[in-house]
Amino acid sequence: MPLLKLKDVHYYYGNIHALKGVDLEIYAGEIRTLIGANGAGKSTTLMAISAIFKPQRGDILYHGTSLLGRAPDAIVKAGLCQVPEGRRIFPGLTIQENLEMGAYCRRVKAAIAADLEMVYDLFPVLGERRRQAGGTLSGGEQQMLAIGRALMSQPQLLLLDEPSLGLAPLMVEKIFSIIERIAGEGITILLVEQNAHAALTLADYGYVMETGKIILEAPANELLSDERVKEAYLGE
Amino acid sequence: MLTAILEHSSLFLQQLVNGITLGSIYALIAVGYTMVYGVIQLINFAHGEIYMLGAFISFSLLTGLFGVGLPFWLAVLVAVLVCALAGVLLDIVAYRPLRRAPRLAALITAIGMSIFLQNLALLIWGAQIKSFPRNLIPAFFNEPALQFGDVVVSWLQVIILLTAIFLMLALQLIVHYTRLGRAMRAIAQDKTAASLMGVNVDRVVSYTFALGSGLGGVAGILVALYYNAVYPTMGYFAGIKAFAAAVLGGIGSIPGAILGGGILGLAEVFGGGYISSSYSDGIAYAVMILVILVKPNGLFGRQLRDKA
Repeated sequence: MPLLKLKDVHYYYGNIHALKGVDLEIYAGEIRTLIGANGAGKSTTLMAISAIFKPQRGDILYHGTSLLGRAPDAIVKAGLCQVPEGRRIFPGLTIQENLEMGAYCRRVKAAIAADLEMVYDLFPVLGERRRQAGGTLSGGEQQMLAIGRALMSQPQLLLLDEPSLGLAPLMVEKIFSIIERIAGEGITILLVEQNAHAALTLADYGYVMETGKIILEAPANELLSDERVKEAYLGE
Repeated sequence: MLTAILEHSSLFLQQLVNGITLGSIYALIAVGYTMVYGVIQLINFAHGEIYMLGAFISFSLLTGLFGVGLPFWLAVLVAVLVCALAGVLLDIVAYRPLRRAPRLAALITAIGMSIFLQNLALLIWGAQIKSFPRNLIPAFFNEPALQFGDVVVSWLQVIILLTAIFLMLALQLIVHYTRLGRAMRAIAQDKTAASLMGVNVDRVVSYTFALGSGLGGVAGILVALYYNAVYPTMGYFAGIKAFAAAVLGGIGSIPGAILGGGILGLAEVFGGGYISSSYSDGIAYAVMILVILVKPNGLFGRQLRDKA
């Protein structure tokens, strides 16, 4: 059974038919990526999974049970956490408080403290500056904070929306190696990216999205050599 | 010459005491405006009416108007809890359905709820000004606690100031050092991101209304005791003034609301004492306008996103 399965998901944003029947699935332990141009509906798909947007048609199944009708906090408690596009850390909260917000749904203080140290181990720069406001970090560091914050929720499935957006190439490399490391810990990852080459190199399987629909799906290495993908998304 | 200076300084000190008392009451009300604004960007114009309800409910419970007469402190406690609950209900009934509507819709609803609650009070309690029967409130309230020459500080003034200080400190502790407070600040900064972290935004907003309304209720009771007057429109003027205090301090900022309340209280009393008592309200607003002209976001205000 797939960990997460989207079945014919439709979403209307006012009059705009933003998702036109999205089908997508991901199995535990995989990294899958959703690539496509700006406005294709990639972020909308993640927001539908996180229950920020409520699909009008279709179903989203997690461990085989529907997530529809659940509130966003129930989704996080179920083990799905999103690192949203543009990072959206809390700029006025300290780094530590940002991370504690990630553990908002958890109650066991000792386990939260242990995970906090785990995140500081993963991102030493955050540990050094834990009392500083989140807004004082650079873009790459904020991305680390956003990932660390999501990890604090102990997710089974991590939804990453454009983690490389606006970062210098060296930082992109760093972020992708961190994602690989997180996947190595057994966390399943759904990665939305415009940087198709990096995403497909990392992922097991890929989906290509265009104007609200999945137009192509295949194992990532096949997509990397697919002529259509090469032309449209890899700039070759 | 010397007596003139002494007389002058004792007038000054007495005004200072009165101004601080009034200011701490404005501060208590103003934090309610600023907290709600912080989390949902709504000016809750019915907040003054919650304050009025605090006065009326404590009065009713004390005098046994609803069939039960409670001892003073218990009446106060129950009235504050009722106010907290009333604030939560106000949000759920009137504002929550409009959370995704344009802000103007919620604002107009807030004004509507203010008028509705005023008229509800008029219907239940009538227009006549009520005063607390002297035998039902602790006798020491109006006795002097401190006296320097002609300057008298009553126990009630001491209680008002200490209550305000205690509650403001408690509020700061809640906002800065608890899970709830962290969630409130997170929502104020990015509601969607807070949702994505598993915060039940509606629930946190309810707690915010409960806290703000409880403080407003306390202020209403204190004012009713201080001026010994309870009437349906009492929340209107106090509400507008406390709103001005919140704006003056920078809406959304709790320390700003406290400072704004203090400044407005002092401006009103000193303006009334040294310039003209008939202009005391006008002087208080003039101070607010001056501050806003120089610092449009208020004293502690953040740069506000302009979305109408």
